[in-house]
Amino acid sequence: MSDAVFDRVRSGLGDLAQDAAVSHGVLVINVAPAGMLPLVRGLKASGFDMFLDVTAVDWLGQAPRFEVVWHFYSTTWKVRVRVKTRVAEEQPEVDSLVALYGSAAFMERECHEMYGIRFRGNNDLRPLLLYEGFVGFPLRKDYAKEQEQPLVPYREGFQ
Amino acid sequence: MNDKVIPIHSEPTGAFEYISTKKDELIGWARKFSLFPYPFVTACCAMEFMAVSSTPYDTDRFGAALPRFSPRQSDLLMVVGTINHKQAPILLKVYEQMCEPKWVMAFGACATSGGFYQNYATVLGIDRIIPVDVYIPGCPPRPEMVIDGIMKLQDQIAHERHPILTKGF
Repeated sequence: MSDAVFDRVRSGLGDLAQDAAVSHGVLVINVAPAGMLPLVRGLKASGFDMFLDVTAVDWLGQAPRFEVVWHFYSTTWKVRVRVKTRVAEEQPEVDSLVALYGSAAFMERECHEMYGIRFRGNNDLRPLLLYEGFVGFPLRKDYAKEQEQPLVPYREGFQ
Repeated sequence: MNDKVIPIHSEPTGAFEYISTKKDELIGWARKFSLFPYPFVTACCAMEFMAVSSTPYDTDRFGAALPRFSPRQSDLLMVVGTINHKQAPILLKVYEQMCEPKWVMAFGACATSGGFYQNYATVLGIDRIIPVDVYIPGCPPRPEMVIDGIMKLQDQIAHERHPILTKGF
Protein backbone atom coordinates (compact mmCIF):
# COMPACT_ATOMS: atom_id res chain seq x y z
CA MET A 1 0.00 0.00 0.00
CA SER A 2 2.82 2.38 0.86
CA ASP A 3 4.31 1.86 -2.61
CA ALA A 4 1.09 3.09 -4.20
CA VAL A 5 1.15 6.18 -1.97
CA PHE A 6 4.81 6.83 -2.78
CA ASP A 7 4.15 6.45 -6.53
CA ARG A 8 1.36 8.96 -6.30
CA VAL A 9 3.52 11.40 -4.30
CA ARG A 10 6.42 10.97 -6.71
CA SER A 11 4.30 11.61 -9.76
CA GLY A 12 2.94 14.76 -8.12
CA LEU A 13 6.38 16.17 -7.40
CA GLY A 14 6.98 17.35 -10.96
CA ASP A 15 10.37 18.97 -11.43
CA LEU A 16 10.65 20.20 -7.81
CA ALA A 17 12.64 17.20 -6.63
CA GLN A 18 16.20 16.46 -7.71
CA ASP A 19 15.57 12.79 -7.09
CA ALA A 20 13.20 10.65 -5.04
CA ALA A 21 13.70 7.02 -4.07
CA VAL A 22 12.35 4.63 -1.47
CA SER A 23 14.93 3.65 1.15
CA HIS A 24 14.06 1.32 4.08
CA GLY A 25 10.36 1.99 3.64
CA VAL A 26 10.76 5.78 3.62
CA LEU A 27 10.46 7.97 0.55
CA VAL A 28 13.63 10.10 0.42
CA ILE A 29 13.37 13.30 -1.61
CA ASN A 30 16.38 15.47 -2.41
CA VAL A 31 15.51 19.04 -3.20
CA ALA A 32 17.26 22.35 -3.84
CA PRO A 33 16.90 24.87 -0.96
CA ALA A 34 14.69 27.14 -3.05
CA GLY A 35 12.30 24.30 -3.94
CA MET A 36 11.85 23.03 -0.39
CA LEU A 37 8.94 25.23 0.66
CA PRO A 38 6.71 24.55 -2.39
CA LEU A 39 7.53 20.86 -2.12
CA VAL A 40 6.51 20.67 1.55
CA ARG A 41 3.38 22.65 0.78
CA GLY A 42 2.50 20.01 -1.80
CA LEU A 43 3.27 17.19 0.65
CA LYS A 44 1.00 18.72 3.25
CA ALA A 45 -1.79 19.05 0.72
CA SER A 46 -1.39 15.39 -0.27
CA GLY A 47 -1.87 14.10 3.28
CA PHE A 48 1.44 14.43 5.13
CA ASP A 49 -0.13 16.29 8.00
CA MET A 50 2.38 15.61 10.79
CA PHE A 51 5.76 17.27 11.16
CA LEU A 52 8.10 14.81 12.87
CA ASP A 53 11.53 16.36 12.96
CA VAL A 54 14.05 18.73 11.47
CA THR A 55 17.75 18.20 12.01
CA ALA A 56 21.01 18.67 10.17
CA VAL A 57 24.06 16.66 9.15
CA ASP A 58 27.50 18.24 9.12
CA TRP A 59 29.53 16.85 6.20
CA LEU A 60 32.78 18.54 7.21
CA GLY A 61 35.10 18.93 4.24
CA GLN A 62 32.38 18.71 1.60
CA ALA A 63 30.73 21.56 -0.21
CA PRO A 64 27.95 22.43 0.41
CA ARG A 65 28.74 21.51 3.98
CA PHE A 66 25.37 21.07 5.70
CA GLU A 67 22.46 18.83 4.89
CA VAL A 68 19.14 19.79 6.48
CA VAL A 69 16.74 16.87 6.91
CA TRP A 70 13.00 16.96 7.57
CA HIS A 71 10.67 14.06 8.32
CA PHE A 72 6.94 14.07 7.71
CA TYR A 73 4.28 11.50 8.53
CA SER A 74 0.86 10.90 7.06
CA THR A 75 -1.72 9.89 9.65
CA THR A 76 -3.98 8.81 6.75
CA TRP A 77 -1.53 6.60 4.83
CA LYS A 78 0.74 5.71 7.82
CA VAL A 79 3.92 6.37 5.84
CA ARG A 80 6.89 8.67 6.27
CA VAL A 81 8.69 11.00 3.89
CA ARG A 82 12.21 12.38 4.32
CA VAL A 83 13.17 15.65 2.63
CA LYS A 84 16.82 16.63 2.31
CA THR A 85 18.54 19.74 1.08
CA ARG A 86 22.15 20.95 1.09
CA VAL A 87 23.19 24.44 2.25
CA ALA A 88 26.60 26.07 2.21
CA GLU A 89 28.68 26.96 5.24
CA GLU A 90 28.78 30.66 4.27
CA GLN A 91 25.02 30.99 4.27
CA PRO A 92 23.36 28.13 6.19
CA GLU A 93 19.82 29.33 5.65
CA VAL A 94 16.58 27.59 4.70
CA ASP A 95 12.92 28.53 4.83
CA SER A 96 11.03 28.05 8.09
CA LEU A 97 8.02 25.72 8.18
CA VAL A 98 6.34 27.38 11.17
CA ALA A 99 3.60 28.82 8.97
CA LEU A 100 2.72 25.31 7.76
CA TYR A 101 3.39 23.26 10.89
CA GLY A 102 3.31 25.05 14.27
CA SER A 103 5.28 22.26 15.91
CA ALA A 104 8.28 23.12 13.75
CA ALA A 105 9.07 26.15 15.95
CA PHE A 106 10.78 24.28 18.78
CA MET A 107 12.67 21.89 16.51
CA GLU A 108 13.96 24.72 14.37
CA ARG A 109 15.19 26.45 17.53
CA GLU A 110 17.08 23.31 18.54
CA CYS A 111 18.54 22.84 15.06
CA HIS A 112 19.62 26.47 15.06
CA GLU A 113 21.46 26.33 18.38
CA MET A 114 23.12 22.97 17.69
CA TYR A 115 24.14 23.43 14.03
CA GLY A 116 23.75 27.16 13.36
CA ILE A 117 21.20 26.65 10.60
CA ARG A 118 19.09 29.79 10.22
CA PHE A 119 15.40 29.41 9.44
CA ARG A 120 14.08 32.28 7.37
CA GLY A 121 10.70 33.31 8.76
CA ASN A 122 11.15 31.90 12.28
CA ASN A 123 11.52 34.99 14.45
CA ASP A 124 12.12 33.13 17.71
CA LEU A 125 15.47 31.37 17.36
CA ARG A 126 16.57 31.84 21.00
CA PRO A 127 18.55 28.96 22.54
CA LEU A 128 16.28 26.17 23.71
CA LEU A 129 18.53 23.65 25.48
CA LEU A 130 21.74 25.65 25.74
CA TYR A 131 22.24 28.54 28.12
CA GLU A 132 22.65 32.21 27.33
CA GLY A 133 26.18 33.16 26.46
CA PHE A 134 27.11 29.82 24.90
CA VAL A 135 29.52 30.47 22.03
CA GLY A 136 29.54 28.22 18.97
CA PHE A 137 27.44 25.32 17.74
CA PRO A 138 28.21 22.15 19.72
CA LEU A 139 27.01 19.52 17.23
CA ARG A 140 29.16 20.82 14.39
CA LYS A 141 32.05 18.49 13.71
CA ASP A 142 34.63 21.23 14.24
CA TYR A 143 33.46 21.92 17.81
CA ALA A 144 36.08 20.25 20.03
CA LYS A 145 34.43 17.60 22.18
CA GLU A 146 36.35 18.56 25.32
CA GLN A 147 35.59 22.27 24.99
CA GLU A 148 33.64 23.34 28.08
CA GLN A 149 31.91 26.63 28.80
CA PRO A 150 31.17 26.43 32.53
CA LEU A 151 28.81 28.92 34.16
CA VAL A 152 30.25 28.33 37.63
CA PRO A 153 33.96 28.95 38.30
CA TYR A 154 35.73 25.67 39.05
CA ARG A 155 37.26 25.00 42.46
CA GLU A 156 41.00 25.24 43.00
CA GLY A 157 42.94 22.56 41.18
CA PHE A 158 40.36 22.06 38.44
CA GLN A 159 41.03 25.10 36.25
CA MET B 1 -0.27 -11.53 97.86
CA ASN B 2 3.18 -11.68 96.37
CA ASP B 3 5.75 -12.58 98.98
CA LYS B 4 8.73 -11.65 96.87
CA VAL B 5 10.79 -8.82 98.21
CA ILE B 6 12.56 -6.63 95.74
CA PRO B 7 16.01 -5.88 97.08
CA ILE B 8 17.03 -2.24 97.14
CA HIS B 9 20.72 -1.65 96.61
CA SER B 10 21.90 1.21 98.65
CA GLU B 11 25.53 0.62 97.78
CA PRO B 12 26.84 1.74 94.34
CA THR B 13 27.55 -1.15 91.98
CA GLY B 14 29.54 0.82 89.45
CA ALA B 15 27.28 -0.01 86.52
CA PHE B 16 26.20 2.98 84.40
CA GLU B 17 26.67 5.40 87.21
CA TYR B 18 28.58 7.78 84.98
CA ILE B 19 30.09 7.77 81.52
CA SER B 20 33.15 9.55 80.26
CA THR B 21 33.73 10.61 76.67
CA LYS B 22 35.19 13.35 74.53
CA LYS B 23 33.14 16.18 73.13
CA ASP B 24 34.07 15.44 69.51
CA GLU B 25 33.24 11.75 69.90
CA LEU B 26 29.90 12.46 71.49
CA ILE B 27 28.85 15.00 68.89
CA GLY B 28 30.21 12.82 66.10
CA TRP B 29 28.23 9.86 67.39
CA ALA B 30 25.07 11.96 67.51
CA ARG B 31 25.59 13.51 64.09
CA LYS B 32 26.45 10.31 62.25
CA PHE B 33 23.07 8.81 63.17
CA SER B 34 21.01 11.84 62.22
CA LEU B 35 21.85 12.38 58.57
CA PHE B 36 19.05 14.22 56.84
CA PRO B 37 19.64 13.75 53.10
CA TYR B 38 18.65 16.26 50.46
CA PRO B 39 18.19 14.27 47.24
CA PHE B 40 19.39 16.31 44.26
CA VAL B 41 18.17 13.79 41.73
CA THR B 42 18.75 14.54 38.06
CA ALA B 43 19.06 11.34 36.04
CA CYS B 44 18.62 7.58 35.81
CA CYS B 45 20.45 6.91 39.11
CA ALA B 46 17.14 8.05 40.62
CA MET B 47 15.83 4.51 40.09
CA GLU B 48 18.55 3.12 42.31
CA PHE B 49 18.02 5.92 44.80
CA MET B 50 14.35 4.87 45.03
CA ALA B 51 15.46 1.28 45.63
CA VAL B 52 17.89 2.24 48.38
CA SER B 53 15.38 4.46 50.13
CA SER B 54 12.67 1.78 50.08
CA THR B 55 11.84 -0.71 52.82
CA PRO B 56 14.02 -3.74 51.88
CA TYR B 57 17.25 -1.78 52.32
CA ASP B 58 16.00 0.28 55.27
CA THR B 59 18.46 3.16 55.47
CA ASP B 60 16.69 4.21 58.67
CA ARG B 61 19.09 1.79 60.39
CA PHE B 62 21.72 4.43 59.73
CA GLY B 63 19.47 7.34 60.58
CA ALA B 64 19.60 8.45 56.96
CA ALA B 65 16.12 7.63 55.70
CA LEU B 66 14.17 10.85 56.07
CA PRO B 67 14.71 13.15 53.10
CA ARG B 68 14.28 16.86 53.66
CA PHE B 69 13.22 18.77 50.60
CA SER B 70 14.58 22.03 51.87
CA PRO B 71 18.36 22.47 51.82
CA ARG B 72 18.09 24.49 55.04
CA GLN B 73 16.90 21.46 56.98
CA SER B 74 19.31 18.90 55.58
CA ASP B 75 22.95 18.06 56.18
CA LEU B 76 23.73 15.45 53.52
CA LEU B 77 23.54 16.55 49.87
CA MET B 78 23.08 13.45 47.73
CA VAL B 79 23.84 14.35 44.11
CA VAL B 80 22.19 11.54 42.15
CA GLY B 81 22.85 11.70 38.43
CA THR B 82 24.48 13.73 35.70
CA ILE B 83 25.08 17.43 36.32
CA ASN B 84 25.40 19.61 33.26
CA HIS B 85 26.75 23.11 32.94
CA LYS B 86 23.29 24.65 32.75
CA GLN B 87 22.40 23.03 36.07
CA ALA B 88 25.65 23.72 37.91
CA PRO B 89 24.57 27.15 39.28
CA ILE B 90 21.48 25.53 40.82
CA LEU B 91 23.56 22.82 42.50
CA LEU B 92 25.96 25.41 43.88
CA LYS B 93 23.08 27.50 45.22
CA VAL B 94 21.51 24.49 46.96
CA TYR B 95 24.88 23.62 48.50
CA GLU B 96 25.39 27.16 49.75
CA GLN B 97 21.90 27.25 51.28
CA MET B 98 22.67 24.23 53.48
CA CYS B 99 23.69 24.98 57.05
CA GLU B 100 26.93 23.70 58.57
CA PRO B 101 27.76 20.94 59.28
CA LYS B 102 27.13 19.52 55.81
CA TRP B 103 28.40 16.63 53.76
CA VAL B 104 28.16 15.79 50.07
CA MET B 105 27.76 12.37 48.46
CA ALA B 106 28.46 11.87 44.76
CA PHE B 107 26.06 9.08 43.83
CA GLY B 108 27.03 7.16 40.70
CA ALA B 109 29.61 7.49 37.94
CA CYS B 110 28.21 10.70 36.44
CA ALA B 111 28.20 12.72 39.65
CA THR B 112 31.66 11.35 40.46
CA SER B 113 33.44 11.95 37.16
CA GLY B 114 30.96 12.77 34.42
CA GLY B 115 30.61 9.07 33.67
CA PHE B 116 30.82 8.22 30.00
CA TYR B 117 30.05 11.77 28.95
CA GLN B 118 32.70 14.10 27.68
CA ASN B 119 31.05 16.85 25.73
CA TYR B 120 29.92 20.47 25.72
CA ALA B 121 27.11 19.84 28.21
CA THR B 122 28.37 17.73 31.10
CA VAL B 123 30.30 18.72 34.23
CA LEU B 124 33.05 16.10 34.61
CA GLY B 125 32.40 15.43 38.28
CA ILE B 126 30.63 17.62 40.83
CA ASP B 127 33.86 18.07 42.78
CA ARG B 128 34.75 20.72 40.23
CA ILE B 129 32.00 22.83 41.76
CA ILE B 130 31.49 21.71 45.38
CA PRO B 131 33.62 19.66 47.81
CA VAL B 132 32.66 15.98 47.98
CA ASP B 133 33.03 13.73 51.04
CA VAL B 134 32.12 10.31 49.67
CA TYR B 135 32.09 8.99 46.11
CA ILE B 136 29.97 5.99 45.12
CA PRO B 137 31.01 4.36 41.83
CA GLY B 138 28.70 2.36 39.59
CA CYS B 139 26.36 3.01 36.70
CA PRO B 140 24.09 2.87 38.59
CA PRO B 141 25.48 1.76 41.97
CA ARG B 142 23.79 -1.14 43.71
CA PRO B 143 21.94 -0.32 46.94
CA GLU B 144 24.59 -2.23 48.88
CA MET B 145 27.22 0.15 47.53
CA VAL B 146 25.17 3.14 48.62
CA ILE B 147 24.80 1.68 52.11
CA ASP B 148 28.55 1.09 52.16
CA GLY B 149 29.01 4.72 51.18
CA ILE B 150 26.72 5.88 53.99
CA MET B 151 28.71 3.76 56.48
CA LYS B 152 32.00 5.17 55.23
CA LEU B 153 30.60 8.67 55.62
CA GLN B 154 29.47 7.79 59.14
CA ASP B 155 33.00 6.63 59.99
CA GLN B 156 34.32 9.91 58.65
CA ILE B 157 31.83 11.94 60.69
CA ALA B 158 32.62 9.97 63.84
CA HIS B 159 36.34 10.68 63.55
CA GLU B 160 36.35 14.30 62.48
CA ARG B 161 36.51 17.46 64.58
CA HIS B 162 33.19 18.98 65.57
CA PRO B 163 33.84 22.52 66.70
CA ILE B 164 30.91 23.97 68.61
CA LEU B 165 31.89 27.58 68.30
CA THR B 166 32.97 28.45 64.81
CA LYS B 167 34.90 31.52 63.86
CA GLY B 168 31.99 33.43 62.45
CA PHE B 169 29.56 32.39 65.19
